[in-house]
Amino acid sequence: MMSIKITTEPVIETAYSVSTNSYPIDTIRKDFPILSTELRGRKLVYLDNAATTQKPRQVIEALTAYYEKENANIHRGVHYLSEQATLKYEQARHKVKEFIKAGVNCEIIFTKGATESINLVAQSYGRAFIRPGDEILISTLEHHSNIVPWQMLCQEKGAVLRVIPMLDSGDLDMEAFDRLLTAKTKIVAVTQLSNVTGTLVPVREMCRKARDLGAVTLVDGAQSTPHLPIDVQEMGADFFVFSAHKLYGPTGVGVLYGRAELLEAMPPWLGGGNMIRSVSFEKTTYADLPDKFEAGTPDIGGVIGLGAAIDYLQDIGLERISQYEEMLTDYACARLELVEGLQIQGSPRARRGVISFTLDCVHPHDIGQLLDQDGIAIRAGHHCAQPLMQRLGVPATARLSLGLYNTAEEIDYVALRLQHSRKLFLS
Amino acid sequence: MSATRSLYEQVILDHNRNPRNYGEPAESQLQVEGVNPLCGDAFILFANLDGDTLSDIRFSGHGCAISKASASLMTTLVKGQSKEEALRLFHLFHDMLQSDIQIPLDEEALGKLMVFAGVREYPMRIKCAMLPWHALHELLYKDTTIQA
Repeated sequence: MMSIKITTEPVIETAYSVSTNSYPIDTIRKDFPILSTELRGRKLVYLDNAATTQKPRQVIEALTAYYEKENANIHRGVHYLSEQATLKYEQARHKVKEFIKAGVNCEIIFTKGATESINLVAQSYGRAFIRPGDEILISTLEHHSNIVPWQMLCQEKGAVLRVIPMLDSGDLDMEAFDRLLTAKTKIVAVTQLSNVTGTLVPVREMCRKARDLGAVTLVDGAQSTPHLPIDVQEMGADFFVFSAHKLYGPTGVGVLYGRAELLEAMPPWLGGGNMIRSVSFEKTTYADLPDKFEAGTPDIGGVIGLGAAIDYLQDIGLERISQYEEMLTDYACARLELVEGLQIQGSPRARRGVISFTLDCVHPHDIGQLLDQDGIAIRAGHHCAQPLMQRLGVPATARLSLGLYNTAEEIDYVALRLQHSRKLFLS
Repeated sequence: MSATRSLYEQVILDHNRNPRNYGEPAESQLQVEGVNPLCGDAFILFANLDGDTLSDIRFSGHGCAISKASASLMTTLVKGQSKEEALRLFHLFHDMLQSDIQIPLDEEALGKLMVFAGVREYPMRIKCAMLPWHALHELLYKDTTIQA
């Protein structure tokens, strides 16, 4: 069992000693070349993982190997390189399918990010199946990417956007959800993990209730996928989206999982090469899944890189990563609360990886700037969640977000530098 | 640490802690909002004109130390000055922040504005320092009169 001792003074001894028993933190840290670089003469402490994660050598090498030895366009080439590239690209699809426990490979659509995945559903499924007066249910916790595509759809279709409110704790108001979910609700789109409060949302319960009433569900897994083992079938989500770059993979690649039955019924979204069966000027017939939704040449190298990132995470084990990060999240909350004048935003029943806070006399942007001088990367601002900021009653927060390579020592260092910043601004 | 000091000069920290001319007046002739939608900083400037002179100027709102101190210092510099002088200071400040960090500044001409010289090295923060000055510019040279 992992245990934690909290230190409030400059750290001399290791803050927690047991992690290395069960979690290979030293090996993991060595896998990430950027973690051994120095910034402004100080060792990098990277705590902006909810924005994007760093990449392990294994992912960087997979990208390099692809471009150095395997680069070719996929699917139609008959030459060796094209066959190899196609094979690797489709292997990556299989890895994603296994990773989120989808039913079949063709339920995995590659996009350029979670944002594009949501837009695909809103514009393809939404345009085909949403009627005037239908309701789309989202929550206060959503990132702009899970708000705006639905607003655009509602505007176009005369549908109504409803919002599940948040309790002061940072949890969703589930009683309100039960009231808002009606026969009029056609889509429920919620995040599994808030990028601001770190709230874990009971998506399984929500998907079950939505399905009982005939609504389809989209779960935004951009934040949850790096922190939790995902099983989309057990979760009961009709659609599930995430981005590779928040999962230690390259930027520019995202995933849309959709139940085959729904994807089959949906019209294509982008038209072009690869998504067709045959084209004439009179009539075009479309390709089967997943090609129907993958028009044009995709980010082949990026998809292969995502496959390498998944291999990397599977090697460590998502359960282990999840346990370690849970412990580290709890430690970070407890340690930050000891900083005088620091207020953590929300205290949800379950939190993972993300902690937003304010300091009584230092504006979040100044916190970010001062920590930057110490080699610490955090984020300050509204985190693309302005409605949530309004609900929290703050114009901005500072946000610390954890990755699989962070340590309790780093948290201690941040806490000490926060105390120092506060002193600088008070004196 | 030296870099931090050059951005967060003591004078800036002091203006942030104890902003001058801060708080909404009972009434004012002119008022204008300065908002940065990207970071949420939001200030309101209140001013009275006596002929061509800014007889009073105050501000309220919230923002980072750089924007708040910039607003505070600005009010102390332009209060009691002519519109023309306020505009001259606006351009002086604007040009300083936009200038190449390699080029030495005319410290004498800039006077108290020099405490913000360090901001030049932080491109992301220039908009913070400029926010209240842009509001002042709008207040003086656009039709924002809410009371005759």
